[in-house]
Amino acid sequence: MVKVETAILPGGVVSRPGSTTDYKTGTWRVKKPTVDLNKCTGCLICWIYCPEPAILKRHDGKIEFNYDYCKGCGICAEECPPKAISMVEE
Amino acid sequence: MLVGEVKSIKELYGLDLIAPGHRACAGCGALVAVRQILMASKKPLIVVNATSCLEVTSTPYPQTMWKVPWVHLLFENAATAASGIEAALKALSRKYGRQEHYIIAFGGDGGTFDIGIQALSGALERGHRFLYVCYDNEAYMNTGIQRSGATPLGAATTTSPVGSKIVGKVQNKKDLLEIVAAHRIPYAATASPSHWKDLTNKVRKAQSYDGPSFIHVIAPCNRGWYFDPSYTIKVARLAVETRYWPLYEVENGRYRITHSVPSPKPLEEFLKVQRRLSHMLLPENAEVLERLKAYVDERWERLQKLSACFT
Amino acid sequence: MSLLQPKTLKPMSTSEAVAYAVKQTNVDVIAAYPITPQTIIVERLSEYVNNGELDAEYVAVESEHSAMSACVAASLTGARVFTSTASQGLALMHEVLYIASSLRCPIVMAIANRALSAPINIHCDHSDVMGSRDAGWVHIFVENGQQAYDRIFQAFRLAEDEDILLPVGVNIDGFFLSHAVEGIATISDNEAAMFLPPRRTKYYVDSSMPMTFGAFALPDWYFEIKEQVASAIEKVPKKLAEVEKTYYQMTGRMYGHVGAYKTEDAEVGLVCAGSAAATAKFAISRLREKGIKAGLLSIRLFRPFPVESILPHVKGMKALVVMDRAMSPGAPSAPIGQDIKTMLYDAGINIPVANFVYGLGGRDISAAEFESIILKMVEDLRSGRPIERGVRYWGLRS
Repeated sequence: MVKVETAILPGGVVSRPGSTTDYKTGTWRVKKPTVDLNKCTGCLICWIYCPEPAILKRHDGKIEFNYDYCKGCGICAEECPPKAISMVEE
Repeated sequence: MLVGEVKSIKELYGLDLIAPGHRACAGCGALVAVRQILMASKKPLIVVNATSCLEVTSTPYPQTMWKVPWVHLLFENAATAASGIEAALKALSRKYGRQEHYIIAFGGDGGTFDIGIQALSGALERGHRFLYVCYDNEAYMNTGIQRSGATPLGAATTTSPVGSKIVGKVQNKKDLLEIVAAHRIPYAATASPSHWKDLTNKVRKAQSYDGPSFIHVIAPCNRGWYFDPSYTIKVARLAVETRYWPLYEVENGRYRITHSVPSPKPLEEFLKVQRRLSHMLLPENAEVLERLKAYVDERWERLQKLSACFT
Repeated sequence: MSLLQPKTLKPMSTSEAVAYAVKQTNVDVIAAYPITPQTIIVERLSEYVNNGELDAEYVAVESEHSAMSACVAASLTGARVFTSTASQGLALMHEVLYIASSLRCPIVMAIANRALSAPINIHCDHSDVMGSRDAGWVHIFVENGQQAYDRIFQAFRLAEDEDILLPVGVNIDGFFLSHAVEGIATISDNEAAMFLPPRRTKYYVDSSMPMTFGAFALPDWYFEIKEQVASAIEKVPKKLAEVEKTYYQMTGRMYGHVGAYKTEDAEVGLVCAGSAAATAKFAISRLREKGIKAGLLSIRLFRPFPVESILPHVKGMKALVVMDRAMSPGAPSAPIGQDIKTMLYDAGINIPVANFVYGLGGRDISAAEFESIILKMVEDLRSGRPIERGVRYWGLRS
């Protein structure tokens, strides 16, 4: 975990929106998703069902994973319509 | 067609208002629902959160997953906190030109069905403009899977275990949406993250009203329902397809089933994938299963009749 | 009295005076739930709002828990916020009181002090505020309607100071004060606006700076965040003195942290809070006529406990009588007794302290009773009889 020193604001207000990115939940993962880009249609179904979000759209419209944060739940692999995603051992 | 209707996933891409790195369990259904709701929401937005898994896992001080202003006070007062913010912005915009905001309050089933129902009822009655979202994982998950008013009949929780004399929860689930609808608010609906288009459009519809609105969204919890984390959306979908979780709305008092299920899957398919409910498929629990089926069937039938009244 | 004292006084009950002051503070949000004996305050405020005399949102919540919850949320959004309660209402707010102080919300609340059930009783004592005295709120006691009126302005200015940012309770004895009518010297709306310009705050809920309020803090951060409340409340005595000075320049009225009467040469000091102070003052004058060297210390600022303001008065005293209008069952002293004894111990002053609980559930206490309590203390001191330690209950039927 990255240690970020923060001045404590009145009432413990957190002033850095989205700062959970300091913490890499990818370390929780047991299995990791991999995508077969030949099968990926770029439908983004995996992305809409990702709880993190840890799925990104590439320039070509297909997807890639953000392994810094992917917890390896496998929803994406389960839901991918063309079955382009598979879960593999870390 | 609804103004601002969500038609494709692609138009939602890039609209995330939460960051990864939050501490929700892998495969958390609540987080999927919250992501979709926030992406669909009108802006500028303020989020209010009741004490819940969502609140705890999203704001590990000094970090926060939220990219919108976010307020958490207590377990039972999210609806009141939303009232206070709405009232403040009303006064401050009138007096000093402060910008008005959309407000969404999130509460779990414990914070909504049970401890927070008084605050919710008060806020709905007063008519504040805000959207309350109950993400329902059907038990007190934050404290370790205890039964709530939202837990279905027969479900095993840590305070309604499957014992040798009593099998799981003895009572049926409270019909929260009917209680909410009885306040005659402009918009109330159920939703499921598996049906993302239905959910996101309900958010936009809810926010189009100048008054309180309510969305009751199923939030499968793999930890408390005991299923594989990859099944979160599958379980949510099964809930809809078995008519366990009817997708409907009550818009200005008019009922409408928004996703028809003409040939439902057997309820057993929803039950068998979750260990909290799978014991109901054992022969000795047939009676409990029949009671649950009757509850599901009666509810669906009632909704169909109500929908028919308004078509 | 100062030359600035206005010639005309407006007859008002203390509740009406509080409501009138709140109107003049140009408050933005009021969220309240009616409870006797506070109700008149929120009734008047509702009238001001509905008659367009006060541009504020009145949130008619469904409970005191929600009253304080709505106040906290509105305050975090940057609004100037007022509420009022009493007794069970304050008890029902209990958990939210801590949120208000810990999230640094400068809410002002009038508390028409009333007994706690059971048995149910609508009359005055201080059990309600004493039950929440560790919630991180500043608490002020008033002795009459004029003080209540003036303290409302001071409370807002103190609470909203960026160095303080704490909620303030203005404690008004139920019925004895809340329903008592007296002539109130008011300030003009212009004076009120000058003394209390619209609230400005650095951190508030708004999409222009999306911040998180009320995060989840684990053992690695909780303690530091919580300690902020203690650091902030320590600054109150000095800040309140400044606020009072400014208010004095405008009105000629100033009350201080403690109301001292004939303490300079007093041998026995009587300590109390609230409306009883006026009765006690009368008792002290009568004792003085008899040559008894008694003095009065009325606790006006209760939280933080104004040790530095009280100590100079007690340095020459031989004994103290502390009158508490609340119990602390099982504790070695009643609430104010605890504070006074701790203060004396820390200052190395070893004098006897007689601690009485009196007047629960609105039971009256007369000047004659105060006189007899002090006379007994004086006699005990002269005869060298040991002063009874612990808590005694004054005025119970035998």
